Amino acid sequence: MSAVLTNPPSPPLQESPGLWALAWRRLRQDGVGIASLVVVVFFLLLMAASYTGLVAKDWSKEKGVSYANPSFMAGSENLEARAMAQKEAATRPPPVDLSDIDPLAPRYKEWEERAAKIAVTETKRAETLAFGGDKWGRDVLQKVIKGSEVSIFVGLTAALLATLIGTLLGASAGYFGGWVNDFLEWFYNIFTSIPYILLILAFAAVASASGKFGKGILPIVLILSLTGWTGIYRLIRAEYIKHGNREYVKAAQAIGASNWSRMFVHILPNVSHVALVQLSQHTVQFIKAEVILSFLGFGVPVDMVSWGTMLAEAQNELVIGKWWQLFAAGAAMAILVTAFSLLTDSLRDALDPKLK
Amino acid sequence: MTAYVVRRLWQMIPTIAGVILLIFFLFNWIGGDPAQVLAGKISNPEQIANIRKQLGVDQPVWYQLWVFVQQVFTFDFGRSWSTNEEVSRILLTRVGPTLTIMIPVLIIETCLAVLFAIMVAYVRGTITDRAIMIVCTVAMSISFLVYIIVFQWLFGFILGWFPVQGWSESFWKNLFTYAPLPIMLAVFVGLAPQLRLYRSFFLDEINQDYVRTARAKGVPEKKVMLKHVLRNAMIPILTNIGISLPGVFVGSFLLEVFFSIPGLGREIITAVNRSDFPVIKAVTVYLAVLTMIINLLVDVLYKFVDPRVSFK
Repeated sequence: MSAVLTNPPSPPLQESPGLWALAWRRLRQDGVGIASLVVVVFFLLLMAASYTGLVAKDWSKEKGVSYANPSFMAGSENLEARAMAQKEAATRPPPVDLSDIDPLAPRYKEWEERAAKIAVTETKRAETLAFGGDKWGRDVLQKVIKGSEVSIFVGLTAALLATLIGTLLGASAGYFGGWVNDFLEWFYNIFTSIPYILLILAFAAVASASGKFGKGILPIVLILSLTGWTGIYRLIRAEYIKHGNREYVKAAQAIGASNWSRMFVHILPNVSHVALVQLSQHTVQFIKAEVILSFLGFGVPVDMVSWGTMLAEAQNELVIGKWWQLFAAGAAMAILVTAFSLLTDSLRDALDPKLK
Repeated sequence: MTAYVVRRLWQMIPTIAGVILLIFFLFNWIGGDPAQVLAGKISNPEQIANIRKQLGVDQPVWYQLWVFVQQVFTFDFGRSWSTNEEVSRILLTRVGPTLTIMIPVLIIETCLAVLFAIMVAYVRGTITDRAIMIVCTVAMSISFLVYIIVFQWLFGFILGWFPVQGWSESFWKNLFTYAPLPIMLAVFVGLAPQLRLYRSFFLDEINQDYVRTARAKGVPEKKVMLKHVLRNAMIPILTNIGISLPGVFVGSFLLEVFFSIPGLGREIITAVNRSDFPVIKAVTVYLAVLTMIINLLVDVLYKFVDPRVSFK
């Protein structure tokens, strides 16, 4: 037996997994984390589908009778719808025969013939809708999907903007130190010395009086992000102070990396996990804030629907026993916020295993 | 200590100046021409010019800033744009109802949260502990609005235990008739996040060496919790209460709106709705100053709670 002796192949260079790969691996083992991730992704997909018009496109169509019952309560009485129908019938004037004095009377027949040719489709208003209807007979289920789109979109964009502001300012303060730091700390102190709610309301007052914050959902996004960046700023600043003196940054300086490059090419990837957790946390916070602001009428404009505007309508509906809109908006929000909060916790654990 | 307090007061000056600048910039510059806001849509240039003169907005910016600074230091913000009531009077009369709600809330909430948190920390790691934490997470994710709407409907409208809303002139009647439902609501909603937070404070202490020492020398677990752990955990708990103190003065504006309590929170909402800038400006500036003072007091109090703290 002769075997050709060969050198055993050198072990392939084992690539050590990076922070994100490791975090993903840890997250996958976290059952709660994955479950909440699935729920959050589902809501995000729903938001995208609603935005592109795949679902809930005709949420504003009045399809059912006023306060149509949910399908599973088809039998129960709907006094409001009947009252509405009666009112409508009462306001219709009784037909009056004017043919004796009307000079256009000979043409009545012609008109009738013509009118008969035009196909009028009398839309029958549904007695029940999948999850009930609101005052105008709009489908609550579609409304809640559309409302989710607006609420989540506002929360996400405001959180993105706040993270951007917080990261930029925090990076500058932590990296440069000196007078930049002093100035930004002063700025931070100003914002945090005013109670948060009051700060939001002051911005809301200015936004609604001047109209300079734009139209549609832009004002609410700006209000939330311009007041909500302080926590992120503080954390990112601390990270930059910590990283600023590390060897890899010094090495980058030695090979001639500019300040900009050191801040955002070298340090930023190492602190981005902090920013990600903050982004997630602030999305939840801003979704909650949007709901309250929209309820008070400082949020999304009246022609849009969000969870907050739905809850505002629901307040009066509950007294007459129409609980479905309150339930739909409240439950959709509770599910998303619970999932998002749990996801934030899991993300934090996955990205920073030392914490546990 | 006096040196410390003096230095802290000295350090407040730039921040207060900054708050004044921010508010001025926000309302007088971004806020647009108040005359347009006030006069509404039907107005002629003469009227607008008149209002501008009355409010002093026809003056140069630096002069307006000077007027604003004077207003802050003389406690005279003039009159409300919408009701013509004196701003200082509005603030003084609205603080009472807010405190009638918020002080009981603060006391009850803190006591209950500390009590429950120490109980949960005592059974840490068990099914009970996990179940309570899950319930808290879910409870926290339901909007405050939903709680208010449902509670008001259930206890006020259906069961009729409390008046649905209202307020009277008499303090005792307010406290025992109109306040209980809003207080109960605020405590109920505030309990979950505080319980979670305080539990983590207790758990931090439980893992400390001195606790192990106490157990090693045979101190019963209950005594360890109530004497050793509780006392040390009170430090972060007090910090947390200190942070939430300024909020007591703003009150829960949602509760005040729903239960028509004539407090500061509702006043602010009304002012925002009516673009009543003087009221919002006054509230914001004074609450910012109050926040700074409360923070200083909390830091000084620290010294008495925790002798390890030294004033640097």
